[in-house]
Amino acid sequence: MVWGLLKGLWTTFKSMFEAPITYQYPEIKRPVRERFKGRHYLHRYENGLEKCIGCSLCAAACPADAIFVEASENTDEQRYSPGERYASTYEINMLRCIFCGYCEDACPTEAIVLGHNYELSFMSRREAIYTKEMLIMPVPQNGKPTPMPVGPGEFDKSIPEMEDPK
Amino acid sequence: MDLALLLEWAIKSIILIFIVIGGFAYVTLFERRALARIQVRIGPNRAGPWGILQPMADGIKLIFKEELIPDRADKIVFVLAPVLTVVPALILLAVIPFGTSISLFGRTISLSLAGDVNVGVLYIMAIASIAVYGIALAGWSSNNKYALMGGLRATAQMISYELVLALSFIGPILLANSMSLNKIVEAQNPIWYIIFQPIGFLLFFIAAIAEINRSPFDMPEAEQELTAGYHAEYSGMKFALFFMAEYGKMIVVSFIAATLFLGGYLGPFVDRFTWLGPIYLGIKVVVLIFLMVWIRATLPRIRYDRLMALGWKVLLPVALANVVITAMLIVLVGGF
Repeated sequence: MVWGLLKGLWTTFKSMFEAPITYQYPEIKRPVRERFKGRHYLHRYENGLEKCIGCSLCAAACPADAIFVEASENTDEQRYSPGERYASTYEINMLRCIFCGYCEDACPTEAIVLGHNYELSFMSRREAIYTKEMLIMPVPQNGKPTPMPVGPGEFDKSIPEMEDPK
Repeated sequence: MDLALLLEWAIKSIILIFIVIGGFAYVTLFERRALARIQVRIGPNRAGPWGILQPMADGIKLIFKEELIPDRADKIVFVLAPVLTVVPALILLAVIPFGTSISLFGRTISLSLAGDVNVGVLYIMAIASIAVYGIALAGWSSNNKYALMGGLRATAQMISYELVLALSFIGPILLANSMSLNKIVEAQNPIWYIIFQPIGFLLFFIAAIAEINRSPFDMPEAEQELTAGYHAEYSGMKFALFFMAEYGKMIVVSFIAATLFLGGYLGPFVDRFTWLGPIYLGIKVVVLIFLMVWIRATLPRIRYDRLMALGWKVLLPVALANVVITAMLIVLVGGF
């Protein structure tokens, strides 16, 4: 019994001299996996148009009912996204979201993608609701901000053949 | 008895209480850091450099917490219990000698409050036993079955291990031929009593850990079985007082162990530079506290019946044999 005791004490004593495995979190962030599901981003096409067409499929797929989408009509003078409609309101309640990624799977235009940011903290329930302005990606380098005027019939299809921003 | 003497005693008492309270604060930090290192973590290091402000942060948090008294609790006893637990820890240091004496402002000041009391060891035994009242009353007055179980366990455990504790004191008393802690320390001048009394020291250490309810003998507050044991219903500052008592006793027990077995304030050059005495004593105390933390990090809590069996069937006979053999050897070899 005594030998076992001493062996245990020696083991714990040795472990004191190992390098700590702690990540000093706010300074050193642990890298996440490529497929990590963090907070959502609404993506844009290369020319700056929003990918989201306001179809609400993500809201329908969401098991936690965290997503709220309201769609409005696009016109060629004020075009937000290709096709008929765009999301005029897009809200995700981060208190409800379970980060399952079903919205990502449901999206026909690959507009909503779960990113790597997991630092989601807020001081009130109001702050937990992420609006479209918070979710949307910045305009890519040689794109234009939305709404943009475009030529008639240029972006009639909801899923156009356009490239992702590099 | 002149005014200066009264003032000297008052100052010394305040210093002793500050040693326990300040020590309590920093032993918690020391324990958390040491445990963290043993578990290959870093531990609290955010509040101030190396986390030295962590105890303040904890204290402020506990002060501003809501103080709950359960509706059916026995109010007076409920409030009294933490006080009863913490006071013995605060006053036990009175008999510990921190050194011989120093000259200050034309006075000779001995470095202990009552080191010359000729029943110093008895005083320690008597005062240390009072703490069990606080724990038993806390458990009973909470009107909570877990708290009551914790209090009962604490009572049974502390009474059982007190016997061993008292018997392990007898070795140094016999060797020094005195119960005054000053004389016991002086008698250890060339050789510490841990050399003569290795079993006595071991018994003392085991019994002391059981007495202050620390892991692996922390049955009274076994989280898995009793939620938190006797302090399940306590919150805020009253809870902090229980913790102060636990850590204060940890410090005090280390002081007693250092004094009885590790030569107290003795060390190289202490006869020439008296001020080295408290430093040597402090080093010994820190080593002993680290030993307790280390044991906590290593050993799991033992089962309650095994705790009792260990106390009564192993430690008590060994302690008795130790006393008898020590006494016989002193008679045969001759007194020191």
